[in-house]
Amino acid sequence: MSEAIVNEAAAADRASEAGANTRMNMIQAINSAMDVVMSRDPDVIVMGEDVGYFGGVFRATAGLQAKYGKRRVFDTPITECGIIGVAIGMGAYGLRPVPEIQFADYIYPALDQLVSEAARLRYRSNGQFNAPLTVRSPFGGGIFGGQTHSQSPEGIFTHCSGIKTVIPSTPYDAKGLLIAAIEDNDPVLFFEPKRIYNGPFDGNWDRPTKNWSAHPGGEVPEGYYRIDLGKAAIVRPGEALTILAYGTMVHVVQATVEEMGIDAEIVDLRTLVPLDIDTIEASVKKTGRCMVVHEATRTSGFGAELVALVQERCFYHLEAPVERVTGFDTPYPHSLEWAYFPGPVRIGQALKKILKD
Amino acid sequence: MTADAPRPNLPPLSLYVPEPKFRPGDTVDFSDVTVPPAGAQRRPDTASDPADFHELAYSLVRVLDDAGNAVGPWDPKLTPDTLRKMLRDMALVRAFDERMFRAQRQGKTSFYMKCLGEEAVAVSAAHALARDDMCFPSYRQQGLLIARGYGLDRMMNQIYSNRADELQGKQLPVMYSSRDDGFFSISGNLTTQYPQAVGWAMASAVRGDTRIAAAWCGEGSTAEGDFHSALTFATVYKAPVVFNIVNNQWAISSFSGFAGAEATTFAARAIGYGMAGLRIDGNDPLAVYAATQWAAERARTNQGPTLIEHFTYRTEGHSTSDDPNQYRSAGEPTAWPLGDPIARLKQHLIVLGEWDDARHAAMDVELAEQVKVAQKEAEKNGILGHGFHQPLDTLFEGVFEELPWHLKEQQQQMLAEEEASGRPWARKS
Repeated sequence: MSEAIVNEAAAADRASEAGANTRMNMIQAINSAMDVVMSRDPDVIVMGEDVGYFGGVFRATAGLQAKYGKRRVFDTPITECGIIGVAIGMGAYGLRPVPEIQFADYIYPALDQLVSEAARLRYRSNGQFNAPLTVRSPFGGGIFGGQTHSQSPEGIFTHCSGIKTVIPSTPYDAKGLLIAAIEDNDPVLFFEPKRIYNGPFDGNWDRPTKNWSAHPGGEVPEGYYRIDLGKAAIVRPGEALTILAYGTMVHVVQATVEEMGIDAEIVDLRTLVPLDIDTIEASVKKTGRCMVVHEATRTSGFGAELVALVQERCFYHLEAPVERVTGFDTPYPHSLEWAYFPGPVRIGQALKKILKD
Repeated sequence: MTADAPRPNLPPLSLYVPEPKFRPGDTVDFSDVTVPPAGAQRRPDTASDPADFHELAYSLVRVLDDAGNAVGPWDPKLTPDTLRKMLRDMALVRAFDERMFRAQRQGKTSFYMKCLGEEAVAVSAAHALARDDMCFPSYRQQGLLIARGYGLDRMMNQIYSNRADELQGKQLPVMYSSRDDGFFSISGNLTTQYPQAVGWAMASAVRGDTRIAAAWCGEGSTAEGDFHSALTFATVYKAPVVFNIVNNQWAISSFSGFAGAEATTFAARAIGYGMAGLRIDGNDPLAVYAATQWAAERARTNQGPTLIEHFTYRTEGHSTSDDPNQYRSAGEPTAWPLGDPIARLKQHLIVLGEWDDARHAAMDVELAEQVKVAQKEAEKNGILGHGFHQPLDTLFEGVFEELPWHLKEQQQQMLAEEEASGRPWARKS
């Protein structure tokens, strides 16, 4: 068979596995990812606070216990350290656990188990044991969650060796990335931008909310497909500058540049570790300007790493200093949420600054 | 109300800070340590409700009496061959520790930890568990590997981080790992292995397997949140796991009072979780065997977890890095009222007419020689600090299953540095 025919056959196989498309919001897509993987692999276990009978506080695990039984989908005690420690032991046994941490703000009691244990087990045992867990956790603000239901702690984990960090921005990506994460043999943190669970968000808190029904990313295959970790997506090609973003901020940035009429190239990183440096480098070298956007606090945030990488690799292509738009170095406020949030005004000012010459 | 203006009508509060009974120079008197007679504790049926035997969390299960007889319902009634093998394994652990401690003092490695006086805790457990049960040890259970026949030279290779080290020099000495021997990778962070053991045990139950898990931690690290998370999980799901607390009285320089020993026993932690709890004489190899066997049977019959406190004494320092005479009385080890586990099992075998002093002395000579031979073999593979024993690029292996670009880039940088050093590969043996 020629290569073309083989590729065509493989594509047809993939298409039949993926099945028909349907409209899903991000919760439904995440639920579907777990459903599809659980039906294919009996070693996949879902666990966490309220994930069983109730189906999770955001309904991400709804129906899974009824379908797969309570030995594969179960509620846990309220101890994040215990949830992750137990998941590591299950992974070492040979299962593929998918623990949920109910809010990313609650992940800190599990920090030692994640950073010193899950992330180091393969290394310290020289490959005898590994921890193939995927930790799902809703993160980010914009929902009046106050300081304990709004944080973006991804930069804490990207700083640590041995753990991957994935953040989707659409239902389609969420499903394909989550399937790839669960099938990955390394520990993966899968942070879900809860502000966009039900629809994309343009950053304007005072406008009507949208749902996923009109967005191309809301069209999701019902079956199995993967989006490889470590691959960014160019969600909007452009020439004026490159904007690096992930999660909710992809949509905020996109709405802002379109309203301002700026021909920006928007790169949705999708995976922070391992990072798709080639896509970033090619885009910045093409546009000559780069802006980095995240909702997390500024100092030592992942944006600082992106800025450093861009200047190391693209310095002589840059026509302006790299701009960094982030949340402020404060706790996530409750009443002043929209003063904290890096919305269209903060992004717009940075755009004007970077494009002024 | 501020601290400057206390309420004058109330007595001032006073912070209590525990203090061990004996410090350097003090005369040691352990007469307040209650040692009940051997054989006095009942042995409940393994299907009993934990609420029916709370007293076993406060007493001390003992099998060997002072004369060396095995007495009472906990006597596991082992064959002389098994008893001799246990004796031999404990003596081998002691000979190995002695030799490796000296190797550290000779500069052949960076660090070592002995288990002098605590040999029964791991060796008897290894004999009582099935060979394929998964152990989640802390750093003082080398007896598990020795009793399971892992190989002294392989352990030494790890201690020396040499080119035959199966962990490629990636872990501190004594942080062994051997999946094939049911020995989970030792962390070094304390009690993180407890919830992991529960997870392994739950996975075994999910799969309908028959293997169980066992975990060890010190009394000091029962204070860690991981300990309590693990006990909660284990109780909730009736996980088939045996928890061992090795109460050897000292956590580096902190006596057990800093983990709450002045208030209650460590076995009593089980009661609050509704879990089976046993407090046993950790220097009695038969009591450790019997308790482990009992707990394993509970686990294997879906009765759930058991917490065993091994009441013992850390005869030496915490590691090669501390001098216990700086913080405790030098008289403590000899005054310890529960004796020495090797001497006690030896005496028992002699009472049975299955052993004698001459055979014991001959065994010690033989084991010392066995350790020496293993050491010679291991040292052929190098010792720590004398050259790079692993290829440089292995530094990056195992961070992830596959090397991502940023690690490849750093790996190239490291290799270039070596070339640029002006003496490329000079440190390679």
